[in-house]
Amino acid sequence: MIKLLVYIAIALTVVLLFQLMRIYQLSSEIKGKNIGMANEKDNRSQGRASLIFVLGFFIFLIWLIVRFKDDMLPVAASDVGKTSDNLFMFNWVIIFIVFFITTFMLFFFAYKYAKTAKNPTAYFYPHNDKLELIWTVVPSIALAVIVIYGLSLWGKMTEKASDNALNIQLYAKQFDFTVRYSGADNKLGVTNYKMIDDATNPLGMDSTDKSGWDDVVVHGELHMPVGREINIQCNARDVMHGMYFPHFREQINCVPGMSTYMHFVPTITTDSMRTIMHDTAYDYILVCNRVCGSGHYNMFLKVVVDTKAQFEKWLATKTPQFDAINKRSHGGAVTMK
Amino acid sequence: METHAHEATHTAAHTEHHHHEHPSQSFVEKYMFSMDHKIISKQFLFTAMFMAFAAAIMSVLFRLQLAWPGQQSSVMHFFLGDRWAKGGVLDPNMYLGLVTIHGTIMVFFLLTGGLSGTFANLLIPLQVGARDMASPMMNMLSYWFFFISSLIMFISLFIETGPASAGWTIYPPLSALPQAIPGSGAGMTLWLTSIALFVVSSLLGGLNYIVTVVNLRTIGMKMTRLPLTIWALLITAILGVLSFPVLFGAAILLIFDRSFGTSFYLSDIYIGGQALSETGGSPILFEHLFWFLGHPEVYIVIMPAFGIMSEIISINARKPIFGYRAMIGSMLSIAFLAFIVWGHHMFVSGMNPFLGSVFVFTTLLIAIPSAVKAFNYITTLWKGSITFNPQLLFVVGAVSTFISGGLTGIILADSALDVAVHGTYFVVAHFHIVMGLSAVLAMFGGVYHWFPKMFGRMMNKKLGYWHFWLTFICAYGVFLPMHFLGLAGVPRRYYTNDAYAPWAKLQDINVIVSIFAIVGVLSQIIFFVNFFYSMSKGTKSAQNPWDANTLEWTTPIVPGHGNWEGDLPVVHRWAYDYSKPGKAHDFVPQTVPMEEGELDEGEHS
Repeated sequence: MIKLLVYIAIALTVVLLFQLMRIYQLSSEIKGKNIGMANEKDNRSQGRASLIFVLGFFIFLIWLIVRFKDDMLPVAASDVGKTSDNLFMFNWVIIFIVFFITTFMLFFFAYKYAKTAKNPTAYFYPHNDKLELIWTVVPSIALAVIVIYGLSLWGKMTEKASDNALNIQLYAKQFDFTVRYSGADNKLGVTNYKMIDDATNPLGMDSTDKSGWDDVVVHGELHMPVGREINIQCNARDVMHGMYFPHFREQINCVPGMSTYMHFVPTITTDSMRTIMHDTAYDYILVCNRVCGSGHYNMFLKVVVDTKAQFEKWLATKTPQFDAINKRSHGGAVTMK
Repeated sequence: METHAHEATHTAAHTEHHHHEHPSQSFVEKYMFSMDHKIISKQFLFTAMFMAFAAAIMSVLFRLQLAWPGQQSSVMHFFLGDRWAKGGVLDPNMYLGLVTIHGTIMVFFLLTGGLSGTFANLLIPLQVGARDMASPMMNMLSYWFFFISSLIMFISLFIETGPASAGWTIYPPLSALPQAIPGSGAGMTLWLTSIALFVVSSLLGGLNYIVTVVNLRTIGMKMTRLPLTIWALLITAILGVLSFPVLFGAAILLIFDRSFGTSFYLSDIYIGGQALSETGGSPILFEHLFWFLGHPEVYIVIMPAFGIMSEIISINARKPIFGYRAMIGSMLSIAFLAFIVWGHHMFVSGMNPFLGSVFVFTTLLIAIPSAVKAFNYITTLWKGSITFNPQLLFVVGAVSTFISGGLTGIILADSALDVAVHGTYFVVAHFHIVMGLSAVLAMFGGVYHWFPKMFGRMMNKKLGYWHFWLTFICAYGVFLPMHFLGLAGVPRRYYTNDAYAPWAKLQDINVIVSIFAIVGVLSQIIFFVNFFYSMSKGTKSAQNPWDANTLEWTTPIVPGHGNWEGDLPVVHRWAYDYSKPGKAHDFVPQTVPMEEGELDEGEHS
């Protein structure tokens, strides 16, 4: 019933609008006005509107920056993140200079060169090779600098992790992350997706691989020591997931059927960050950033950066997964599903 | 052949107002299964307008959810009913479905099918001086494949398990496994079917456009005299013909993975308590195939907009387009580079980082011809004598969004920075501005500009101004604040952002964005009213209402089958002799012969 009324209301509105337009058009035609083409008055008013717009546009942008700048991501909390922030700033400077100049010119010219009695004719100016050469070459140089700067950082981000990096696995499934620490040997044991058992072996660890015997599986939190390089192996069980650490300026996808890697050095502990942010509850976070299903928006992991001592103490409270499994399956391999 | 037959039967009898009927043509032949490029163009436009309207309503629905998460809304319930909005609260699966179909429709059905389909069909024969497309039959099929494709996509919204919901990029395994998300059931099957048909439509259309531009130019219409609209549409068609088949391949392989047990994209998956037998495939293969189309696709969207922008700016500034040859050169280099930058969508995919570096380099290269275009548009306005017809405003707006959105692209092209904001609202803001807004604004501009050629009547300029300013202000009101969400690290495609406290603080931004979005969508009513009213009741158009040089304004006001009565026009000069010194008028149509010693600017600029 309500739907029907809505439809009727819409239909009546359309009819009304059509009638109003008809009246407007007929009255204009009687006065001899052309309602389809711009006249001098339109040129002047729309030209002025363009100028007002560009000023309003800049004010809006500046207001947004002032209003929300404190809610943006805080200072980067990793080694690569610091360089990344500098590069970001460098880009922003170039972008804002170009943006303000070109945008202003665009709308200002529209205003200034409106066709009026004062400006009845245009200047025939089909090309100027020198000018065109300048604005091909200058952006090329600016971009070359950006490319070189950017690629040097990219190289650092994606080079092989150092040998003494702490090896961790992050394992994504709908809709949570699981962490596996590599234990005393700093080596992750191999896994096989056919050995997955949600109750006893959620990551599908293969118990015939000794390097996995000391691996520690942790749900619900990721702890990392500050100042040490972390080398993360990323895996996914079911669909693709995105592993995004906004505070460390790092991101990579977790892809079923293959491992991907990222590494960085956390540089600010959670406690220090809380001091910086004046917020005793502030936490780092890992979020899924590749749409993965209905619970995608709830796929988070709390991240804690500890001091070395805190981290070791925390890790010591955890038991390797196989200690628990071995008791149940009499020390043998986990049965194939 | 047929066109010549018609010509023979309709010769001298034509008058100025000829609204001629072909007695041999029934209504069905004339308006439905028409082979006339002008009718087909309108069919594309109307279908795309309908689809875009639906997609705009979808955006209102998910914007309601994002600004006021979990609140009961009668609007939501009105559109989605109990199945997807129980108690007026949007279902999370339907949220993803809306986002997916909104993207798919806007990219493919509005900005590819709608934009190219409308303007290539309308303008190519009219501006090169041809009676019709090279193959009117293929042209008709192109539309009907598009229609069926649109229909299937639209129907997929109404099925039990919901529409495809893996995002418009439909990355497997999510899109391959119905266990992972309900939308990957029948909804995904319909999506893939629809897109496969869309590719067929696009190829039939594209081949036709290319052949027509290359072979059917009238006497004197050298390539260096073509209006930039035609250059743009030609390059667009070439891009489409080379890249769409790859999407077709990607879709076919996905259909095989879904239905016939192959594992092109699937490997080592454990889902729903079960280890699947598929092994050895790679989702990254899909990403490569998808983006091999997907990136040229954004240029398929923006190129026709470039063409329309060049033409409208030049005509309304009463000045030749600045750097005609540089404009062609930049479009050609953009088109070439478009094929070797797809990897910049995949910096976080896990592909080889060295490959990433190569894509950084090629992607930033593409900024150079883009910058040239922006500077040339601005210089065309400089010292012009600008007539503010609504289309000029739309096109100036499109240049502005192209600049704003293009500049943030510099950040995303840099792999080391991309990983910091990849997949956040920063990306959403970037591509909506640079591709979505630029193309939509240019498309509106094109509709206002060529409306008199389509319907023989003018649109109302006052409503045009209101439509422009509301649309333009709302567009920036939506997408400028979105950058800030992205810089705070908020991921896209999230049903709500309130699970993480620092993001919940940014809810104000979502409210601002949603209000602008809703007003922006509502202001399109002004356009619809203006469009449909003026179509039948608007003021009659003059022969050449905008004092333009191109050939379409030399046909009868409402051109009949075959476009020109009598002989085809002969071209003597380029399309941009506006305000040429020593001429009686501030425009010199292409059909006016050159004077003794006059310079052909198309050959020299």
